[in-house]
Amino acid sequence: MPAVKETVETVKTIDVDQYKYGFVTDIESELAPKGLNEDIVRYISAKKDEPQWLLDWRLEAFRRWQTMVEPTWSRCHYPAIDFQDLHYYAAPKKTPGPKSLDEVDPELLRTYAKLGIPLREQEVLAGVEPQNRVAVDAVFDSVSVVTTFKAELAKAGVIFCSISEAVKEHPELVRKYLGTVVPTTDNFYATLNSAVFSDGSFVYIPPGVKCPMELSTYFRINESKTGQFERTLIIADAGSYVSYLEGCTAPKRDENQLHAAVVELIALDDAEIKYSTVQNWYPGDSEGRGGIYNFVTKRGDCRGARSKISWTQVETGSAITWKYPSCILRGDGSSGEFYSIAISNGYQQVDSGTKMIHLGKNTTSKILAKGIAAGRSDNTYRGQVSAHRKATGARNFTNCDSLLIGDQCGAHTIPYIEAKNSSAVFEHEATTSKIAEDQLFYCMQRGLDEEEAVALIVNGFVKEVLQQLPMEFAVEAQKLIAISLEGSVG
Amino acid sequence: MANVLPMRTPAETALIERFKAEQSSLPGAVEARAEAFARFEKSGLPSRRVEAYHYTDLRNLMREAAPAITARPEPRAPEKHHLLIENGVYLGGDAPEGILVLPLAEALREGRVALGAAMGAASDIVVDLNTALCRDGIYVRVDTVVEAPLFIGFAETLGNAASVMPRVVVEVAAGAALTLVELHAGPDGIAYQKNAVVELILGDGAKVEHIRINEGGDKALMLSTLAVKLGAEAELMSLGLVSGGEVSRHQVFVTYAGENAKIDLRGATMIKGRQHADNTLVVDHAVPNGVSRELFRNVIDDEAQGVFQGRIIVRPHAQKTDGQMASNAVLLSDGAGMANKPELEIFADDVVCAHGATSGALDENQLFYLMARGLPRSEAEALLVEAFLGETLDAVSNDGLREVLAERISRWLEARAR
Repeated sequence: MPAVKETVETVKTIDVDQYKYGFVTDIESELAPKGLNEDIVRYISAKKDEPQWLLDWRLEAFRRWQTMVEPTWSRCHYPAIDFQDLHYYAAPKKTPGPKSLDEVDPELLRTYAKLGIPLREQEVLAGVEPQNRVAVDAVFDSVSVVTTFKAELAKAGVIFCSISEAVKEHPELVRKYLGTVVPTTDNFYATLNSAVFSDGSFVYIPPGVKCPMELSTYFRINESKTGQFERTLIIADAGSYVSYLEGCTAPKRDENQLHAAVVELIALDDAEIKYSTVQNWYPGDSEGRGGIYNFVTKRGDCRGARSKISWTQVETGSAITWKYPSCILRGDGSSGEFYSIAISNGYQQVDSGTKMIHLGKNTTSKILAKGIAAGRSDNTYRGQVSAHRKATGARNFTNCDSLLIGDQCGAHTIPYIEAKNSSAVFEHEATTSKIAEDQLFYCMQRGLDEEEAVALIVNGFVKEVLQQLPMEFAVEAQKLIAISLEGSVG
Repeated sequence: MANVLPMRTPAETALIERFKAEQSSLPGAVEARAEAFARFEKSGLPSRRVEAYHYTDLRNLMREAAPAITARPEPRAPEKHHLLIENGVYLGGDAPEGILVLPLAEALREGRVALGAAMGAASDIVVDLNTALCRDGIYVRVDTVVEAPLFIGFAETLGNAASVMPRVVVEVAAGAALTLVELHAGPDGIAYQKNAVVELILGDGAKVEHIRINEGGDKALMLSTLAVKLGAEAELMSLGLVSGGEVSRHQVFVTYAGENAKIDLRGATMIKGRQHADNTLVVDHAVPNGVSRELFRNVIDDEAQGVFQGRIIVRPHAQKTDGQMASNAVLLSDGAGMANKPELEIFADDVVCAHGATSGALDENQLFYLMARGLPRSEAEALLVEAFLGETLDAVSNDGLREVLAERISRWLEARAR
């Protein structure tokens, strides 16, 4: 069955030529020379005033990266990337780590205001209920511009700062955890990131602390011919809880820009991390020119018993998305969740999904993925669920649906489901016709006709993904809620 | 890495030498064989880095290539409606009325068949190897509706490890119908390597029921392929029953060449010990209005490993395609494993496609229910497994054949209980 009219119209409103964040900030930047070699790695490290161990770590990654070959297995096709034709470091000139907001270039503040990101704490306080406050780490090209609410978070013992700052202030934590989830040897892009990462956020929640507010990072690529390589490290110590949001935009440019981030999450015993993303990088124009190449390695390690990591993502941007937020369920009784809506338009290519690696006993995971392809785009869900021999009692439920709008696009589902012991119970399904009869009956008995009942149930199901988003992002995702998945295929 | 060809394994070297030595004496046009061989020579045996062989690493599983057989087997008196291929050589047989049977070598020499005609857009190294090296097999042509089933026995009577590559090409003309049963059997304890390819070409409105029983020897490497090309409104039901072979991989490639064609692919796999069984499907909906159903059931005991890979492709403009695929596995022991990869590749917007995959142990509640009624655990398990696999047999319309298949399932379960 073809997509319903409302869905088509809603998707059109977020089509590639409707991109709202495509403006360029006119600001003087300091750029590293183009190209990539050991000197550039040293340059970045020196700019950040890093200790020797981190430089060595970067160089080791760089040397390994030189021996690696770009992966080609994804369903994304793009001209070869010239890794020597990029600036690996770009920073707004006037802000070498400002002490307060007053020192930040007003042009930058205007940029974030335009993007709707509040950087001034008092503005936030004046406008919103106290429990809705969000601490923001704003990353502009290669550097973190400002991190808000740091003092207040520190009272609770929470460390929230840029990773460069964390290297200086909390080297023991960074050294203990950096690269333990995504090692420098992990994959082509993660290794590249390890060599040249410039900034990103660092979060540490001490034992037993529920983080008093939402934490968030807003990434903005501005400078042309640059790559952004941020690194995020979040550690939730025993019994703690944190909800973290990530947003990203970039100006409209005719060339492609590279974004290769690494996100590492570590949840110790009984800790919970909720990580949400609204990915809205510039997707390219309606002819397929420009846009961000997004090659991201995101992985969470449920290291402690009964820990929990939940990924929620709304993907509407990027020319190419290559991203598989994963959970390693190492601790006994740990659980992982993945909720995703990926909408592709224009010439976008999305190859995204998740991995749930069950290693501990009685681990559970749940995957809900919705893909909507329109225009000439290709939208692929690729997911792996595996249970190790010793992961007895592992349980997974996966549901992924895709919807096509028009006959020029493609939607694909590639699940890998590997059970290596008999007590692992895995279920994978991909269909919308499978609305429970009893739910339909219940709705119809209360006076809805069948179509209304189906719409109610299906929309309710999409909302299930969006409800995982914290309030602050729900607004951005609001219009997506209206999208019905009627007519979707597996 | 990706652009560097790994070292040739002894098996690859042996196969390359074998082709070079045999090339001139192989029947039929040499071009198709040379092309297929060139593809093999270029890529080698597929390893786990090749997506389609990720779970069945042929490069690793086939380090040495067994030698080809040269001795011709003794002819035997054919059973009624049975054709016999022994050690890869067609020995003759008896076919029901209305079926033309020729030795493949003869059909190739006469130019009646072109190898690979049923493969469509698909390409596969195992098929290429067979195309390059097959010496003999059968060509079957059916022009009317034939009620009686035609049996093709693929028997190996080898005393030591050897490689056999038979090929069967079956053409069912427009409006004709056929029931085809393949039986694969061989000696235990001998590491023979078999690469059998069956091509089925269905004319418009043709109807075929195809049953394949794999009872190969317990040390055998059993590779087999069914390549199908469907004319408009053609219908195919194909069921594979797998219990043999140390390593087996059965691949099905289906191409829709005409509209409103229907397929129903089914599989019942029972493996134990350290067996490895792979079922791989590629269903290519190249035209609108095709219907496909896939139902694969795996029962895995001991340390055995099951694999299911199913890919439904819906090409642009193949609107109104209806494809539904299910793979279910029951793991009977802690060491058993199952890898499922049900894939959808869709380029048309008005289609209904769904897939489902499950794996797990037998339901404890159901076992408890049966045991509470006095059945010992082993019998309760057998009953549940029988029902689980039995569902795949429902599509077999010939009662006699269905009973034969059901009996083979029961026999496997009895052997397990002992």
